Amino acid sequence: MARRQFFFDSAKMACGVGLLGLGLGLYAKQSKALPALALRPPGALPEDDFLGACIRCGLCVRDCPYNTLELAKPETPVATGTPYFTARNIPCEMCEDIPCVKACPTGALDHGLTDINQSKMGVAVLIDHETCLNFLGLRCDVCYRVCPVIDKAITLDMVPNPRTGRHAMFLPTVHSADCTGCGKCEKSCVLEEAAIRVLPPGLAKGELGKHYRLGWEEQEKAGHSLIDESKMLDLPDRMPEGASLPGHYDPASGQTAPLRGMPGSEAGVMPSLPPGLGDKP
Amino acid sequence: MSAKRIGAEAVAEKGWLRAHRWLILRRISQLGILGLFLLGPLAGIWIVKGNLNYSLTLDLLPLTDPYVALQSAMTGHLPEKLGLIGVGIALAFYLVVGGRVYCSWVCPVNLVTDAAGWLRDRLGIKGSTHLSRKTRYWILGMTLLGSALSGVVLWELINPVSMLHRGLIFGFGAAWTVVLAVFLFDLFVMSRGWCGHLCPVGAFYSLLGRWSPLRVSAPARAACNDCMDCFAVCPEPQVIRPALKGEGEGIGPVILAANCTNCGRCIDVCSKEVFTFGLRFNNPVSTASAAPDENL
Repeated sequence: MARRQFFFDSAKMACGVGLLGLGLGLYAKQSKALPALALRPPGALPEDDFLGACIRCGLCVRDCPYNTLELAKPETPVATGTPYFTARNIPCEMCEDIPCVKACPTGALDHGLTDINQSKMGVAVLIDHETCLNFLGLRCDVCYRVCPVIDKAITLDMVPNPRTGRHAMFLPTVHSADCTGCGKCEKSCVLEEAAIRVLPPGLAKGELGKHYRLGWEEQEKAGHSLIDESKMLDLPDRMPEGASLPGHYDPASGQTAPLRGMPGSEAGVMPSLPPGLGDKP
Repeated sequence: MSAKRIGAEAVAEKGWLRAHRWLILRRISQLGILGLFLLGPLAGIWIVKGNLNYSLTLDLLPLTDPYVALQSAMTGHLPEKLGLIGVGIALAFYLVVGGRVYCSWVCPVNLVTDAAGWLRDRLGIKGSTHLSRKTRYWILGMTLLGSALSGVVLWELINPVSMLHRGLIFGFGAAWTVVLAVFLFDLFVMSRGWCGHLCPVGAFYSLLGRWSPLRVSAPARAACNDCMDCFAVCPEPQVIRPALKGEGEGIGPVILAANCTNCGRCIDVCSKEVFTFGLRFNNPVSTASAAPDENL
């Protein structure tokens, strides 16, 4: 009887506590879904590891000289007690001595990070091309100006303004390799809602297929083209019967259709052939 | 119990101050530790930084909660150097003074549950949901296994101890609801429910202090007049019986149970001065012949 009772008592405990554990486990799974706008301090491990390594002591919060970091409260959608910051409120000022990382008593903030420019808190994304003032043709440039890694992490790329037909647009362009995700651009965006935002790298970045090779890079690396261009096959373009496209180059005949009235558009062999096409029959 | 206030006899015999000595010292300890933590954020005097999970005192003394560190270790992460030293210091301290000294002398939730227990007694609330006091060990096991399985320091997601302490120091948010829930649970649902039955932090520390030398002892147990005040005031009354009533069974007067929190309330409320702090080694099988004042 005593053994029976012991068994049932144990079963009662295992089931009751197991239920609690199940609830906690599901909550733990939820807590791994860090909201996109909550950024971890510099050097933070990937979220899965971070929640196991961080012991919620708040030393990083204390040693941040700019009060950037805060500890998540139970109602925040970030795992309770863990440090995070919201770039639009207070961005990371990228201290050279990285005091938050030094203060961390666990490896949750990687002590191997000694150069703040190597940190990856996120990646800035110019997320709204419709409201960004530079995309509207103005010279706001604020995100570019405040970027601590100016001209590397954000550049202004000039393109013609098709609306006016005579001006340039200076498009802020983020280069993820140099962006630390400090959030100063997001903080300083002059719009009501920032058009540039720091997102977790996983959200911000696309990824090429592993087998992709960029021909121009490979060519530069090898010093020459990787294919035998003399054997390159170019099929004739199919055109509607009898149609003639002025200026169109037809590789099958090696001829270019005459382009009326334009200088250098005389019929005949292409004036400057692409590489490897010069010896076409 | 409501007919007579617990410890009334002791107050009459020893005076109010001596009948509350350890309680006052304990409150000074709890509030003093909390005060040290609050001095930084409130007054800008940074003696202690951090919270009970990990703190750095005077930029010199690291202290790490070994239970949190163990959960973190279960997920496969070890602390850095300072964190590890902190674990070592905390382990050494509680191994000596008794693990559950953390509960009664440090933990801020003790203030909450003591208040609930006091009010429960004052209001004369009878009846308490029954649950084995071993439940906490099951929960302890679950949090360790769960940390390993989920990769998250599991108990920290809902731990009322760190929520209260962190809340006071870093800002409460909705953490007060959890603390209020613990208070109401202890008041209406289960007497000494949280600290005495459920909390895995206390369970961990009880195991840590299993062999600690510093103990409450009842060397003058022959003088016991069965007033039952010590049983009524004790948050873990099951620990008293073997030591206090063990004379006939050849059990020494030292309270050896791991769940004694060394709070010293039994020493306070006993009008016969039966209890005292002592060492576990000073544990003769019989105390019948010894006069009370010959002991510690």
